Amino acid sequence: MKNWIDELKRVLTPKQVLTELADRHSYSFDASFGEYLPEAVVQVKNKYEVASVLKAANEFHFPVYPRGKGTCLSGGPLPVHGGAVLDLSQWPEQIDVRPEDLTVVVSPSALPANINQAAEEYGLMYAPDPSSAHVATIGGNLAENSGGPRGLKYGVTKDFVLGLEIVTPEGEITRTGGQTIKNVTGFDLTKLIVGSEGTLAVITEATLKLLPKPPAVQTLMVSFKDIRSAGQAVSKTLTSGILPSKMEFMDQACIRAVENFQPSGLPIDAEAILIIELDGHPDAIAAELEVVEKIMMELGASETIVPGNPEEAARIWHARKQVSPAIAQIKPTKVSEDATVPRSKIPEMMERLQAIKEKYKVEIVVFGHAGDGNLHPNILCDKRDQEEMARVESAVEEIFLAAIKLGGTLSGEHGIGTMKAPFMEVELGKVGLDMMKRMKESWDPNNILNPGKIFTEQGQRLVLRNE
Amino acid sequence: MSDLEALRKQVNYDQTFDCVQCGYCLPVCPTYETMKRETHSPRGRINLVKMAGEGKIKIADLKEPIEKCLGCMACTTICPTNVQYGRILEGAKEAIEQHEVKSGFQRKTEQFLFDRVFPSSRWMGTLGNAAWLYQKSGMRKLAQVTYLTSASPLNVSRFEKAVPDQPGPLERSLRKHRVRPDYKLRMTVAFFTGCVMDGVFFDTNQNTMELLRLSGAEVVVPRNQTCCGALHSHAGKSSSAEELAIRNMEAFDLEEIDYIVNNAGGCGAKMTEYPHLFERGTYWHEQAKDFSEKVRDISEVLVELDGLEFTEPVELTITYQPSCHMTHVQRVSEPPLLLLNQVRGLKLRPLKRPDFCCGSAGIYNLVNYDESMKILDVKMDDVKEKRPDAVITTNPGCLIQMRVGIERTGLEKKMEAMHLVDLLMEAGPVPK
Repeated sequence: MKNWIDELKRVLTPKQVLTELADRHSYSFDASFGEYLPEAVVQVKNKYEVASVLKAANEFHFPVYPRGKGTCLSGGPLPVHGGAVLDLSQWPEQIDVRPEDLTVVVSPSALPANINQAAEEYGLMYAPDPSSAHVATIGGNLAENSGGPRGLKYGVTKDFVLGLEIVTPEGEITRTGGQTIKNVTGFDLTKLIVGSEGTLAVITEATLKLLPKPPAVQTLMVSFKDIRSAGQAVSKTLTSGILPSKMEFMDQACIRAVENFQPSGLPIDAEAILIIELDGHPDAIAAELEVVEKIMMELGASETIVPGNPEEAARIWHARKQVSPAIAQIKPTKVSEDATVPRSKIPEMMERLQAIKEKYKVEIVVFGHAGDGNLHPNILCDKRDQEEMARVESAVEEIFLAAIKLGGTLSGEHGIGTMKAPFMEVELGKVGLDMMKRMKESWDPNNILNPGKIFTEQGQRLVLRNE
Repeated sequence: MSDLEALRKQVNYDQTFDCVQCGYCLPVCPTYETMKRETHSPRGRINLVKMAGEGKIKIADLKEPIEKCLGCMACTTICPTNVQYGRILEGAKEAIEQHEVKSGFQRKTEQFLFDRVFPSSRWMGTLGNAAWLYQKSGMRKLAQVTYLTSASPLNVSRFEKAVPDQPGPLERSLRKHRVRPDYKLRMTVAFFTGCVMDGVFFDTNQNTMELLRLSGAEVVVPRNQTCCGALHSHAGKSSSAEELAIRNMEAFDLEEIDYIVNNAGGCGAKMTEYPHLFERGTYWHEQAKDFSEKVRDISEVLVELDGLEFTEPVELTITYQPSCHMTHVQRVSEPPLLLLNQVRGLKLRPLKRPDFCCGSAGIYNLVNYDESMKILDVKMDDVKEKRPDAVITTNPGCLIQMRVGIERTGLEKKMEAMHLVDLLMEAGPVPK
């Protein structure tokens, strides 16, 4: 029988198929947990190549794992069953802004930051702003339905997709959606594909919606003596008729970690801080700023800082960006979760996190996009310490269950992948999960695309330890 | 200790865990851009070193990805978790060096280069003199025409045209080993000449001393100084690097001087890293700490002294290509720009990606010629767009590489590459 790797070399060119051990190991990981060695890495540059890889996969029955830049925090591109990693990162970047339609047509390898930059030349913006926007590919963003701080006001990736060109798991090239804002023709396959984590199709082109770029922004930073008031401040602001573009939260552990790592002028005595950004017309922002400051005072904020110029504002946002590296100094391994709760439940979720932290004696710090209930509890640990990792597994499990119990969800923006798969049924119920599985089976009868993700396999549970 | 444990220690296996594989290093890595795969990215290399430490791949599997790394360290500036990539890289090189069976020819060439040429100022001087003789006698033209030099195995011929006209042996031998300012003495510095700088860019070294002197510094040139050891470290020859570091520490009398000044970004970087060469708590580790604290780039010292006035306008459009090791290891980036801003008439057009390596990287361009040229071509696209009369840089390797780049793009009639120091000398510096 013919070998499938030889077949790939035949349908593509041999140099597009990497089989050296060093190359295979270099595509065995992403930014989450676990390492799985693929048998080959295939670098594709157009839709026809994708189609021929998938046709071969159906003929020879090997799994195919689409991958952008491998910045995924939930294991999306991990080749858990070996087979081929389909590397889309080397596809030539294409960003075609159509200002009169307020749309942009992009290749899967385009970087979200570059898309936004191209849009800005026409006074437009591409709103989703995941923190990896300068590294990750739009293909990965679409597959995982990425969010970002601006999600609060503008929504997440799926809210900006008008149409897709895809290759189906069986290797057929087709389009979903279109170029228009309104479109109710048939099932919304576009929304089904976005966020399906590469299990239903390979995205080869996307038409995205752009918005006018707000003419001005205003940042403010507010300190609180207790976490509950910070939570209330979020709800109160959002019910006052104002929708900020960002409302970021940092707890005391994060604040202190940042100040230890690189002093940035954050208030180390505050229990929590909120960093808020308003955007829009300068006059509107000025009026909104007054209202927000008043709300913060009424709720007992200990300090409100309103930067006077863009440089000062940039310093505050820089401090927020320092959270990730700063907390990594506490312990080397970072288990980053993104369980999300209804906004009114933020204070309650914070209390549960505190209880979980004490119960399992793990180091948890919390920051994130408080405005949309998308907190990022990060557990800091050392993956070489098996005993500690067992406690971390229990803590993570309990965080998931707490979020679901409060009416929230397992994942706000990182995706399910491998780690959260065991909890899907708790959130969706038997029937809900079964309907999803049936869709997967009918789209991908040979289970070619990204098997081992979203749905659990026999006896699968959350494991963070290396055997 | 088992073999694997020893290997883990050598490659700094524990430090690979500091990498959270976020991928933020990918957009700044030149080899990831030109070689187009994770295997040639910082994150990929760190992972491979970890895999080697776990016995999942062989050291031989590491060889190609590690040797193709420029070591420009752009990834360390961008890294959000402060991974000590330099340590991991040099550990891996050491492991490869130790485990590798090299051909007799390769070993001999390396021995010659690392044990004879680079540590020896005499050799470098001799090379310079030989180059001078070669240039003056008209042999160069002949060699160029007949491709005589292209038979050389290390692609040396391709860099030959990038070497400046050489001073004669007499001029070299007349260099003073101590110069004093005409007016007020403001500090005493020792000048680290560097072997390539001194051998190939002797005039730039002379200019460096003069600028320091005019700024009010007494300059001493310790006679027993030797190669900084950067090239040895980068080739995984840590014991040679240690030896050279010790010889330098012995040559410089720290009591007498305020700073050890150099004008080669790569050498300066290595000397600031001398403490890494020795185990904590040892005598030489302590010495190295004292030594490295005094190491400064010429631009830093000139800015600190602030003793020069530039009297001649220089009507040139320039762009500035910083030395990677100066930016990412020494973390010196502002001073050269501050100096350039003091020169009247200069128009500075910044590069789009100044932190993208030019591909010189020690002897990378000699041993990995093709890869180096791909990186240089990316750099030259950026340079060409700025249409400068001159590219200014602060390291001999970069200087030669930029000259090669200018020639490759056929711009040698329109553009030149210059060391910052030489440009400053053209601007008529006088004491303030």
